[in-house]
Amino acid sequence: MKISCQVDVRHLTRVEGHGNIKISIVDGLVKEASWEVVETPRFFEAMLVGKLYENAPYICGRICGICSIGHTLASIRTIENAFGFRPSGQTDRLRLLLKHMETLQSHILHIYFLAAPDYLGVGSVLPLTKSHPEVVQQALRLKQLANDLCDEVGGRRLHPTRTVVGGFTMLPDRHTLGRMRQRLQASLADLAAGAALFAGFTIPDFQRETEFVSLHQEGAYPFIGGDLRSSDGVCKKEHEYLAMTNEYMADYSTSKLSRLSRQSFAVGALARVNNNFHSLHPAARAVAEELGLTPLSHNPYMNNVAQLVECVHVVQESISLIDELLAVPWQEARQVVEPRAGIGVGAVEVPRGILYHCLEFDGQGRICKADCVIPTSQNHANIHHDIKALAGECAARGTADQEIELLAEMLVRAYDPCISCSVH
Amino acid sequence: MRDETKMKDDERTYLGVAVPRPPVAFFELSSCEGCQLQLFNNEAGLLDFLDLVEIVNFREAMTEKSDHYQIAFVEGSVTRTDEEERLRTIRDNAELVVALGSCACFGGVNQLKNRFNDLDWVVREVYGDYAISSQAARPLADVIRVDLEIFGCPVKKEEVERIVTNLVLGKPVHHPQYPICMECKARENVCLFDLGEPCLGPVTRAGCDAWCPSNRLGCWGCRGPAPAANMAELRDIVVRKQISLERLLDRLECFGGFADEAHILRQELEGRS
Repeated sequence: MKISCQVDVRHLTRVEGHGNIKISIVDGLVKEASWEVVETPRFFEAMLVGKLYENAPYICGRICGICSIGHTLASIRTIENAFGFRPSGQTDRLRLLLKHMETLQSHILHIYFLAAPDYLGVGSVLPLTKSHPEVVQQALRLKQLANDLCDEVGGRRLHPTRTVVGGFTMLPDRHTLGRMRQRLQASLADLAAGAALFAGFTIPDFQRETEFVSLHQEGAYPFIGGDLRSSDGVCKKEHEYLAMTNEYMADYSTSKLSRLSRQSFAVGALARVNNNFHSLHPAARAVAEELGLTPLSHNPYMNNVAQLVECVHVVQESISLIDELLAVPWQEARQVVEPRAGIGVGAVEVPRGILYHCLEFDGQGRICKADCVIPTSQNHANIHHDIKALAGECAARGTADQEIELLAEMLVRAYDPCISCSVH
Repeated sequence: MRDETKMKDDERTYLGVAVPRPPVAFFELSSCEGCQLQLFNNEAGLLDFLDLVEIVNFREAMTEKSDHYQIAFVEGSVTRTDEEERLRTIRDNAELVVALGSCACFGGVNQLKNRFNDLDWVVREVYGDYAISSQAARPLADVIRVDLEIFGCPVKKEEVERIVTNLVLGKPVHHPQYPICMECKARENVCLFDLGEPCLGPVTRAGCDAWCPSNRLGCWGCRGPAPAANMAELRDIVVRKQISLERLLDRLECFGGFADEAHILRQELEGRS
């Protein structure tokens, strides 16, 4: 099949941040296929130098407007690890509950507002308010539930206010938590409708063998802390994160890039589901199987399905967390933390994949050195190589120009890239 | 022939007067895009809010784009020459430019790198020897004329809804002149100074309903100074409560709204050590 095609998407829409897709096929041969990151860097690692430790979670949360809770929690974990502090069980549960609701909020936003319009043949969620009002209402209900619970636990859905080193500045209202539990229970019906909607979508059939990296915890689906695992068999401790990330620069990206056993690897919902399938809540596993997602899936478009599966998992686990929290009286919201010199690393699974923060402190708790490795920066190289493979397949098949462009856009969106976050 | 939506717009009135549905656009420069995300929050009233205006350009949420807009909301600060160019084009296209959030109004957290006065060091600290271009982070008003500012990191959706409604109806937009302390007292919160926590509530412009102090987090001044701010009194309180001036500086320095005060205090503290 002899075809020629030029795809030049400048500032791809319906993703967070700025990136370009370029594909050039001439006489059936791929001349160029790339994913370029053109976001402006903000230099967070430099901003932190010389600041007292309490600044880090507050400032780092502002790396990202979508996963600010994840960044805040990663920063807090980093500091607590550096100072040799272990939070209380109550704090651990509240943080995980907050984390889960960020995952739900972010996944729902992505699935319904950013990804679904492609599958339903429209340019944004706005026409869906007329053509699929019930779907939009389900999405808004789920998003509102997640955000309301984030407000209740973290003080604010975006750039949380109550999350501090040592615990929380104040605790949620117990009656409100009880009501939230009811809403979580009720939301399972909306998620089931979401699964039914997805069952009707035709997920593009594209496979590229990929290494998947995620956290690993014994007997639990991991979100905060744990070992670092790859599907190619690499296993490291949290503080050895640099051995997993291997950052480098390339001229097509203002974001740093990563590699491990191959030329690139993937993190995110699909990586987590692939690596931890058997730790998923049974109800979430059932949805995965129903939608044809079983490990190892090498189809990046399946990341959207993995996100939906995780929504079911976090809702189920949040119900249990609230039960555990309400079973005992509140203890102190916050414990005293003494700063000391040292280095800490915190690894947290945020919606788009594994996030690492590393901070080095002097004896007064001032930051000497900071490093943040963002999930999307770990994914960029994989997206880039996926685009190349996709372009090759399309050239071989003689796919129409417009379809190539749409497939490439959908491929990038499937990763739910958080580009401004990746460049930070 | 007119389509159904057009008919509906023509029928919309407020106090008997026809209400237009202005075309608006959303843009972002160096930022976390959180302020734009806030626009998708308050889900219960979201569809009504979206119906107030005609969104013609919103890259984060929609594929369609147009350069014909009346009001442009711009999030983020300026840190590169290509951003300056984009911003000037937006200014040329729009009748009204609104700075959305602290990065656009004051530089926001992005301007924290400016305090080193050494961009080469900043770039090397993050990228090593890899050459990457960056300027000092600046607010929009350093590059173009800004018609209206919406403060906050993040912006508060209720405030954005109120301001957008006023813009659509042609009503003037006023920001409170008093500081957050007033709102905090009205909410009967425990004063955070009494808990040993630094707080910029006494000097920061109100309008967020004491968002952070009501969650027992001292104010970090993301909305910038209130016109009636008494900086000397704030310093007296901090000293009286035996809170270190370094912690006061961290907050004054964080978002750029208090850049002058922060600069003077930093020089004083560095001169002392």
